[in-house]
Amino acid sequence: MIQHVGNHPFGKKHRPHEVVIETLLFLFALFSILITVGIAFILVRESFLFFADPDVDLLGFLTGKVWQPMIGLFGFLPLLNATLTTSLIAMLLGIPLGLFVAIYLAEYASDRVRGFLKPTLEVLAGIPTIVYGYFALTFMTPLLRSLFGESRVDIYNTASAGLVIGILVLPMIATMAEDAITSVPKDLRLAAYALGGTSIETTFKVVIPAALSGLSATFLLALSRAIGETMVVALAAGAGPNLTANPFKAAETITGYIVRISGGDVSYNSVDYNSIFALGLVLFVITFTLNLVSRKISGLFHQEYD
Amino acid sequence: MQSEILFGTDEQMTSLMQKRKAGGVVWKVVFLFATSLAILFLLLLLVSVIDSTFGYVAVRNEVEPSQLVAGKDEVSEFSRAELETVLQEHLSSGILRRVIHEKPLEERSDKDLVSLAEQYVIKPSVVQTWGLGDSLLETASIKEFMAANEGLHLTFRSWINWSFLTSDQSANPLNAGVRTAFLGSLWIIMITFVFAFPIGVGAAIYLEEYAVDNKLNRMLQLNIFNLSAVPSIIYGLLGLAVFVRSMEHFTSGAFLSSVADTTANGRTILSGGLTLALLVLPIIIINTQEALKAVPDSLRMSSYGIGATKWQTIASHVLPASIDRILTGTILALSRALGETAPLVVIGASTFISVDPSSVFSKFTTLPIQIYQWSARPQGAYRNVAGAAIITLLLLLMAMNSFAIIMRDKISKKKRMES
Repeated sequence: MIQHVGNHPFGKKHRPHEVVIETLLFLFALFSILITVGIAFILVRESFLFFADPDVDLLGFLTGKVWQPMIGLFGFLPLLNATLTTSLIAMLLGIPLGLFVAIYLAEYASDRVRGFLKPTLEVLAGIPTIVYGYFALTFMTPLLRSLFGESRVDIYNTASAGLVIGILVLPMIATMAEDAITSVPKDLRLAAYALGGTSIETTFKVVIPAALSGLSATFLLALSRAIGETMVVALAAGAGPNLTANPFKAAETITGYIVRISGGDVSYNSVDYNSIFALGLVLFVITFTLNLVSRKISGLFHQEYD
Repeated sequence: MQSEILFGTDEQMTSLMQKRKAGGVVWKVVFLFATSLAILFLLLLLVSVIDSTFGYVAVRNEVEPSQLVAGKDEVSEFSRAELETVLQEHLSSGILRRVIHEKPLEERSDKDLVSLAEQYVIKPSVVQTWGLGDSLLETASIKEFMAANEGLHLTFRSWINWSFLTSDQSANPLNAGVRTAFLGSLWIIMITFVFAFPIGVGAAIYLEEYAVDNKLNRMLQLNIFNLSAVPSIIYGLLGLAVFVRSMEHFTSGAFLSSVADTTANGRTILSGGLTLALLVLPIIIINTQEALKAVPDSLRMSSYGIGATKWQTIASHVLPASIDRILTGTILALSRALGETAPLVVIGASTFISVDPSSVFSKFTTLPIQIYQWSARPQGAYRNVAGAAIITLLLLLMAMNSFAIIMRDKISKKKRMES
C-alpha cells in the first residue's frame, strides 16, 4: 500500500521556511550589488547635474589647468596632479619597504621573529588613518622642514602626506606580498637549491618571478588605497588646488577637496555640491578599475599553481 | 680538466662563491633594515602622540588668585566662604544670574565652585606648550622663555585626564573634553552593528553554504571584494546623497511626531551609522566567509546523514561551530568603523556640539572627527588636545580588540568542554 508522502514518517516533509530563508539570504547577498549600483547611480546622476551647469564643460574639466569654482574654472588637473604626486611618493616608499619586509618574513625570519613581527604589522594596519594624518602634521612635516630647510618646504606639502601614506600602506603590502611569496610551491625553491643557487639567488631569480602576478596585484591594490586615502592629505597636504610638480609645495588632492567642501556648509544643488560628486566619480572609476585589474591578475596567479 | 674549462680554476670558483655569498649578506642586511624601519615607524607614531599629550604648559591668568585672596596662589586653596564671595563679586551680573538659576551657589559643591571661579574669574589662557621630550630635555630654554615673559605660570600637565574624558567641548583648550564625541562614537557603532551584522552574516551564509558556482554568484563575490577596496570617502558621498538628502524625512526623525523638530536635517546619528554599515558590510561578509570556510565539511555531512535539512544543519551545527570567528571578524570590522573619519565628515557631522546625543536622530560628532578638527587648528595647544583624543581612541580600539580576543578564547574553550 502506498501511503501519502506527507504522512509517511520517513517521507519528505514540506518545509516552506527552508525556501523562505534561502531567498532571504540571497537577497542579503544581492544587497551588495545594490550598494555598487547605488554608488554608480548617485555619482553619475550628480555628475550629470554638474556637467549640465553652464559654467562647466567636459573638455574643460578634463584638460583645464585651474580649479577655481569661485570664478567658474573647473579644470581638475591640479587636483589629479596632487593625488598622483602623493600616491607616487607613497608607492616609492611603500613598495620597496613592504616587499623587503615580506621577503624577510616569508623566507628568512625565524618563527620567533615572525611571531613578533606579524602582530606589529597588524597593529600598524589597525591604527585609524586620522592618526597617520596627525603623525604627518606633527612629525613628518617638521622632520622634512628641518632636513631641507624651512624656506624650501611649506607647512603643508604633498611630500609629507605621501611619505606617511607610504607608511600607512606598508603593512597591507607586506601582508599581501608575504601571502603571494609563501604560496609559491616549495618544489621551485628546492629545484633552485639543487642547481646550486644561494638562498638570495633563489629568492630573486626564482621565487619573486614566480610570485610576480600576486605581487603586482598587491601593488595595484596599494596604489588604489593610496589614491583614495583622505584624512592624511586633508590634514597634511594643504588646502587649495595648486598645479605644481614640487612635492614640497602645498597642493590639494581630489579627496582633500571633497572633504574640505563637504565639511563646510554647502547648499544642495549648488555647483560646489555637484562638483564633489563629479570628482567622486573620477575617484571611483580610477580605484574600481585598479581593484578589478588587481583581482584579475591575482586570479590568473592562483590558476597557475592550484 | 673539463670542470676547469666550464667553471674556471679553483681560485676563480672560490672567489665567485665568496662574491655570491657576500651579495646574500648585503641583501639580508637590507631586509632587516627595512623591517626595523617599519617597527621604527610604529614607535615614532606612538611616541609623537605621547609626546604631545604630556608636557609643560605656560598659562597666563587674567586675574591672579593672589589678587583675590591675599597669600593664596591657587583657587583650590580658597575656603568655601572665600569662594562664594569671590564669585559674587567678580562674576558679571548676567553670568551670575544664569549660574544661580541653574543651581544656587550654596547648593554647589566646593569642586564645582572652584571650576566656576577658574572659568569665569581667573580665565587662564595657554601661551605656550611643550611636548614631553622638550619638557624633559630642554628645561634651560623653557626657563629662558619663562624669564622673558613675566606673569606666566608653568605647570606640568597631562592633557588626558578625568576632566578631559568627562567634559564637553570648549573654546578654551584647557577645558576641552571628549564626552560628546565619545558618546557619539558609541551610538554610531551601535547603529552600524545593528544593520551590518545580520545582513553581512546572512549574505556570507548564502555565498558559502547555498551558492552554486554560476555566473551570478561569481559576480556577487567579485563585487564584494571590489566594494571592500572602494575608498571610504565614496561611501560618504553615497550616504550624503541617499541617507542625508533623499531619506531626510526618515533619517531626521520627522516622520515620527514624537521627535521634536531638530535642526539636524538628516545629518543624524542614524545617517552616520547607516553609512558606516554600508562601509563595513563587505568586510563583515568576507570575514564571516572565512569563518564558515574553516568549519570542516564532515560536520555538515554528518548532520545531513542523520536527516537534517540544509537550514537545520546551518543553524544548529555550522553557525555554533563558527560563531567565535564570526564575532571576532565583526568586531575587527567595527573597529575599522570606529576609526573612520572621511565618510562622516562628508555626510556632515557637526563639529562643535556640547549636548550629548540623546537618540538616533541627534546631531553627532565622533572621536576621529574631533581629532581631525583639533589637529587642523593652527593654535598649538589644540595639537596637545588632539594627542589626548588620539590616546582615548587608541585605548578604546584596544579595549574592543582585547574584548574580541577574550571572548573568542572563552567561546572556543566552552566548545572544547562540550565536545
